Amino acid sequence: MIQTRIKEVLHVLSDFKDRHEPGKARQEYLQQLKTDLCTYYSYNEYLMEKLISLFPHEIVDFLEANEVPRPVTIRTNTLKTRRRDLAQALINRGVNLDPIGKWSKVGLVVYDSQVPLGATPEYLAGHYMLQGGSSFLPVMSLAPQEGETILDMSAAPGGKTTYIAALMRNTGMLFANDANKERAKAVVGNVHRMGITNTVISDYDGRTIPDVMKGFDRVLLDAPCSGTGVISKDPEVKINKDDADIKKCSHLQKELLLAAIDCCNAKSKTGGYIVYSTCSVMVEENEWVIDYALKRRNVKLVSAGLDFGKDGFANFERFRFNPNMKMTKRFYPHTHNLDGFFVAKLKKFSNKIPGQENKDPSAKLGELGTFFKSEGDDDKSDDNTEESKTVESPAKEESKGSPNKKNPKEDNKSGSPNKKNPKQDNKPNKPFKKGKNPKYRFGKNKKFKSK
Amino acid sequence: MRPLTEEETRTFFEKLSKYIGENIKLLLDRPDGSYCFRLHKDRVYYVHEELMKRAASVSAPNLLSFGTCFGKFTKTQKFRLHVTALDYLAPYAKYKVWLKASAEQQFLYGHHVMKSGLGRITENTPQYQGIIVYSMADVPLGFGVAAKSTQECRHTDPMTLVVFHQADIGEYIRNEQELT
Repeated sequence: MIQTRIKEVLHVLSDFKDRHEPGKARQEYLQQLKTDLCTYYSYNEYLMEKLISLFPHEIVDFLEANEVPRPVTIRTNTLKTRRRDLAQALINRGVNLDPIGKWSKVGLVVYDSQVPLGATPEYLAGHYMLQGGSSFLPVMSLAPQEGETILDMSAAPGGKTTYIAALMRNTGMLFANDANKERAKAVVGNVHRMGITNTVISDYDGRTIPDVMKGFDRVLLDAPCSGTGVISKDPEVKINKDDADIKKCSHLQKELLLAAIDCCNAKSKTGGYIVYSTCSVMVEENEWVIDYALKRRNVKLVSAGLDFGKDGFANFERFRFNPNMKMTKRFYPHTHNLDGFFVAKLKKFSNKIPGQENKDPSAKLGELGTFFKSEGDDDKSDDNTEESKTVESPAKEESKGSPNKKNPKEDNKSGSPNKKNPKQDNKPNKPFKKGKNPKYRFGKNKKFKSK
Repeated sequence: MRPLTEEETRTFFEKLSKYIGENIKLLLDRPDGSYCFRLHKDRVYYVHEELMKRAASVSAPNLLSFGTCFGKFTKTQKFRLHVTALDYLAPYAKYKVWLKASAEQQFLYGHHVMKSGLGRITENTPQYQGIIVYSMADVPLGFGVAAKSTQECRHTDPMTLVVFHQADIGEYIRNEQELT
């Protein structure tokens, strides 16, 4: 009954002027439609409202598409085999498959299979990867080149990572990172299974990566998201997402994207690109995040390099984004038969961070390497221990600890009883002269006062 | 992460030479750059030197893997090869055994190989020799130890074991958590 009512309402709405009952406002029809769709497809009201505003005309198509699973797709590992050979081997095992489409030379779509695809000897030997069609897209957009240094910020379970490595033909360097250690283990397994040797796998929080290393030619950020594009995979999303969840995701994504941009090296000869993708259809998690980054960092939008998909929104409801936002690409289950997906490609044109050019000198060094803050600290702490060795009594320590310049007399006094090693006397004072260790000095002053 | 000590190198190379013999030196002298072995969290990784230097900037607790993991040292300082080393063992293998399609699946579930499943075996394989296991389509499936020499294989009955299982690519599913 609900279904027929939905159809009627949609029929009226498609030509509201002629078809509506007199005295019944459009708002009433819309309210009716929303509650009906919520009950029929069992969504919560918040999500339904968002979806209706995203897909005012195609809402039913979208919801229907979420009820059916996407086709199973696999990606050929070009490091180990060719697509034709793989297809033949799988057909011999009773798998019914076809090339995924014109846009990919490595994808195969599987219609039905007599064997579990995740356990064939070909799978175990690393000839292919089970991977959603949509997750090819950000890697294709990233377009990694041989010999580059690339970062995959949230890598697990490794589908995109292994694709990047395959495109790089195992040259250069690939850093795969995932904050979740358990999930990062899946990356290790997949990387070894696929015969990839150029990869370093770590489990940092993505936001801290710029502190660890920088200077990547390309960075892929497949951000953690609400998953509103993959409802067919995980129907839980229908009811358990609310405004706070979306905001939380959006906030994290903004932080991660800024970190990703900071990792990238604008002076790279071949690259300087950042690709941002999510499996969400929400504007808050996509265009809004990109717009935020455009304002905070020296990046510009460039064409995603994908010749299909819908353009991103330059304007949406209350949002007014950068007009270049239409260079981003959106993919929907009902139009492309892929998971709902968003891909944006950014080009970094300067390593300077607007607003903090002078604050962070390490940001200007566009080189990959260690910028351990602790390294400098270590030196100082060494000095400190040295000092504590030479000092014999706390009283002497205090007199020594006092800044030399201010009261040279006192220093001389304290120097005289310590005749044993006058040369070493200067050494421990060095950190104070430089004035680099305010914490330490503060501790000294405190003692001074207490006395 | 650190280079292997002399003793570790000896144990490790001893183990490795059981499978690829003197071909070890092909792993160390490569035309496409210098590669090295590094120890990290008891595991031995085989990695390009450039990549090793970059990986060194990742702090030890956060570093999960780099390059290719060959295996690990046990608590008793013995070395165990992991299936992840297969990509490097297979091309240099001295002794090989090919399995019939029917025995393939059994081996991938971690079982030993019986005479009935044996397709082909390298001539003159001695007993207890490290041996790489292939499918008939020449896909490397894992490795093990020859339970019988080639000569003995010819005359045994179909139910005797001819290859002891050590590692197989099925572990990528069965044992993913243990690989790192």
